[in-house]
Amino acid sequence: MGQYRDIVENGLWKQNPGTMQLLGLCPTLAVTSTAVNGLSLGLATALVMAASNAAVAPVRRYVPDEIRIPVFILVIAALVTIIDLSMNAFVHPLYVVLGIFIPLIVTNCIVLARVEAFAAKNPVTPSALDGLMMGLGLTLVLTLLGAVREFVGKGTALSGIDLVFGAEAKAWVLQLIPDYPGFLLAILPPGAFIGLGLLIATHNWLEQRRLAKASMHAALPVAQSH
Amino acid sequence: MSRSPYLSSAPSVSVIMLKVLLALLPGIAAYVWVYGGGILISLALASLTALLAEAAVLRLRQRPVLPFLMDGSAIVTAWLLALALPPLAPWWLVVVGTLFAIVVAKQLYGGLGYNPFNPAMIGYAALLISFPVLMTQWPSPLALAKVSLSFADQWHYIFTRSLPLNVPVDAISSATPLDYLKTQLVLQQSVSDIRNTPIFGWLGGRGSELVALATLLGGLYLLHQRIISWHIPLAFLATLTLLSAAFHLLAPELHASPQFHLFSGGAMLCAFFIATDPVSGPTTPLAKLVFAAGIGVLTYVIRVFGGYPDGIAFAVILMNICVPLLDAYTQPRVFGHEK
Repeated sequence: MGQYRDIVENGLWKQNPGTMQLLGLCPTLAVTSTAVNGLSLGLATALVMAASNAAVAPVRRYVPDEIRIPVFILVIAALVTIIDLSMNAFVHPLYVVLGIFIPLIVTNCIVLARVEAFAAKNPVTPSALDGLMMGLGLTLVLTLLGAVREFVGKGTALSGIDLVFGAEAKAWVLQLIPDYPGFLLAILPPGAFIGLGLLIATHNWLEQRRLAKASMHAALPVAQSH
Repeated sequence: MSRSPYLSSAPSVSVIMLKVLLALLPGIAAYVWVYGGGILISLALASLTALLAEAAVLRLRQRPVLPFLMDGSAIVTAWLLALALPPLAPWWLVVVGTLFAIVVAKQLYGGLGYNPFNPAMIGYAALLISFPVLMTQWPSPLALAKVSLSFADQWHYIFTRSLPLNVPVDAISSATPLDYLKTQLVLQQSVSDIRNTPIFGWLGGRGSELVALATLLGGLYLLHQRIISWHIPLAFLATLTLLSAAFHLLAPELHASPQFHLFSGGAMLCAFFIATDPVSGPTTPLAKLVFAAGIGVLTYVIRVFGGYPDGIAFAVILMNICVPLLDAYTQPRVFGHEK
């Protein structure tokens, strides 16, 4: 079970695609103007990643090394097309907002990176879990970044929720700061870069604190033995 | 009697910054004369915010707080930003802009000496793209305003956004000359007709040209004190003059005169105080010339063909990006070494 724990930990924290590997930056920067957008595209990507990892792992021994990348891309493209068509059918307003970024999941390097780095070398179950966890790790970053940009930029939470749950959900949008003049910079692309930079800094800071704490605990028995 | 070696020591950072602040005083005095005392409130607000923000970040970064605060660089950034903002901007606009300049553009990059971009201009640009309406709402010079506000009225306007009874916002604000010129040109007016309106003076905008002249005076003091070298101001002003003169001679009814471009907007402030920032600017003389000429070209292009009334901030930031390249390509040959 240790292996699965590592996979979960790597995907969500240690090798988080958004803040540590810095892969999949295109959607991270482009669609995170609200938390809902970030969450939706993140979940779509996670679904594609879990499915593509699960699909590539069983055929990994039969794909010739020389043409593995085109084959992987074809598999990913087929899965993305399924997601693309389903979102168009079931959550059409959201599909319109996310637009080109759903088909662009094909070119999202984190998807191919996990297929190539993990699924091409591991059995089906861990591969699927790795894809899912990496995808969820990315989703976490996308949602957080979207929430921060939305809050700073518009002073709201959950705006755009009606795109997912229909027009009556518009009442769920929270105006957290009344009479907020809006800080357009956070919504515009520079806000995405600055926000991501701050998230990465936060991640590094928390990780450093964790390591410092761990090494202090490790050092403690030595100090006592003196 | 001093003994050899007779090496003159370079002035310390705080001396340089103090002289820069001193050189800004004539411009500020002209500002108060033309627009009223409101600018002093902005300057105080910006300085206070800058010092508090700088101290807070230095504490977080576990750097010594007092020595860095005393170098005065934060105050210079604060003053430059306050002078670039519309004089009666709401208090929070000044605070947000200064916070952005000091925390994001300066300290996050490593503090004084490490910031690749001019902090004041980053603060200005962040405000301009976030609050375009507020940032283009300039008060009329007192001489032209239908209603003149007292200092207390300006204070109230800055902090509460409320005006004395019966005074509509339109009575105290007007388009800047650069802005007015742009919109009227779109309406097919000729430059000579536009310049006959009362907001224009004999050089640039009525009133604002005085501020520009006073800023020029302060800039000459900096040159005389050798705080800045002549390369950047001269190259910037010369490029702006040449470009605007060329366009003006080709089509005098479509393009404003060179003296209008020199004495409007932030050109003078940019030439002597903003582009000459020693941290975000280049170091070799040739690079300085290219850098400043680039700012001149970009400023003119943004003013005349772009969507914003003035282009100083974006021009400076864009040329800041080129600084490492410019410096790398213009290193002088060391004596005795092959090229």
